[in-house]
Amino acid sequence: MSLIEVNNLTVGYDNEVVASGISFRVNEGDYLCIVGENGSGKSTLMKTLLHLQKPLSGEIIFGDGMKRGEIGYLPQQTLVQKDFPASVKEIVLSGCQAKCGMRPFYNKEEKALALQNMRRMGIEDLANRSYRDLSGGQQQRVLLARALCAAGKVLLLDEPVAGLDPKVTAEMYERIEKLNKEGVAIIMVSHDIAAAVRYADYILHMGERIFYTTKEKYMESEEGSFFIRMQNKEEQDNV
Amino acid sequence: MFEKLFLYLSMDFVIYAVIVSTLIALCSSLLGVTLVLKRFSFIGDGLSHVAFGAIAIASVFNLTNEMLLVLPLTVISAILLLRTGQNARIKGDAAIAMISVGALAIGYLLMNLFAKSSNLSGDVCSTLFGSTALLTLSEKDVIICGVLSAVVVVIFVLFYNKILAVTFDENFAKAVGTNTEGYNLLIATVIAVIIVVAMKLVGSLLVSALIIFPALSAMRIFKSFKQVTICSAVLSVVCALTGICISVLAETPVGATIVVVDLAAFGIAALIGAIAGRG
Repeated sequence: MSLIEVNNLTVGYDNEVVASGISFRVNEGDYLCIVGENGSGKSTLMKTLLHLQKPLSGEIIFGDGMKRGEIGYLPQQTLVQKDFPASVKEIVLSGCQAKCGMRPFYNKEEKALALQNMRRMGIEDLANRSYRDLSGGQQQRVLLARALCAAGKVLLLDEPVAGLDPKVTAEMYERIEKLNKEGVAIIMVSHDIAAAVRYADYILHMGERIFYTTKEKYMESEEGSFFIRMQNKEEQDNV
Repeated sequence: MFEKLFLYLSMDFVIYAVIVSTLIALCSSLLGVTLVLKRFSFIGDGLSHVAFGAIAIASVFNLTNEMLLVLPLTVISAILLLRTGQNARIKGDAAIAMISVGALAIGYLLMNLFAKSSNLSGDVCSTLFGSTALLTLSEKDVIICGVLSAVVVVIFVLFYNKILAVTFDENFAKAVGTNTEGYNLLIATVIAVIIVVAMKLVGSLLVSALIIFPALSAMRIFKSFKQVTICSAVLSVVCALTGICISVLAETPVGATIVVVDLAAFGIAALIGAIAGRG
């Protein structure tokens, strides 16, 4: 059984449909990229998967003992966070808030989990630094560690490399790939089609046509080959 | 100078004033960081004006215990403001401006129409800028203030981690199943309680200063949420007590003096932060 199975889903706000006929599945250890232009419904789909809003129709089935709230979420950074006085440790630990329930304080296991995930992301030496003083790449690693505290099986990454320089971007992709190799299923929302076809196993394309396919088939499709041609052309132009 | 201070401190009503100010300063500073970072500063300001209107109504009806009216009205306004603010940002700002200015106007109008005392402008001024009423507190006032402050502190400590999580990243918190709407409601309610209590000390126009300044100062210097929270609580109490001492000795208005001391502390903190940041 799949971790997440989406059947003929329609997403949107109130009664305004943003995208419909979305079907895909995520199995353990999959790497799925959701690509498409702005306004194609990527963010709306993501919010629906996270239960931040209700689906208009269709179904989302969580299998293999997955529960609501067990998707580790890496959101895009908000303005509030730019000046937030919190240490790295405090932020990573806040990933455990669901495990905590109504208990007011974090227990030993949760603190150990936070530490373990900080090590995994290579930020344990930043534990007492202030989040706002970190570089963009370090901040993303903190938020990734927090997401891992919330859920170990599936990560949903929203434009994880937005605003990062090329070197840090490459590092970030390597880290994500490593997590994927460790068995964490990845769902990545991205503009970066080159990275999508490089790292992902499956592509969900959103746009005029919405389809879900393997990476290989996507590269042969009209939409996929168009982007690849564009990219090759750009590279040639740059040379 | 110290003799004068000790003379005052040996009197019951001064002791009451000091206890109440310490409690008020302590709990008003706790939610400062959340208020500043969630862009709720305006809500704080709006609520204090609502509380002013409510006090005017209470005085018109000659209520013996104005808290019974002021507290529920302010809490309801807090919830309403938060609701509108969530749906649309710009509309929310406009709603806050509307409610706060409206409450101010209605409050003043009512006080004018049904003036009980001959010194109307004195009454208005003391409600807006705090009053010497701080020195006329009864034992009952001290108890009410003590209980409300204790409730605020206990709620804050119990929900400390949740408040941090919801303030830092509401979407993430919601995605992992935290009841963010519930916590926002809780935060707004606690802010309303703090404002009603803190108005006694500095008056309704200056109450936001008491909430925001200590947090802003602490944020200049400290790195973690825990340090910032503790520092702003300590700073707030120290500033309030310093302000009271100065106002007693120099015979200046209590509320304004406390706020000026807070302002000075912010200046010092900003300086320390700038130097430490460069070093």
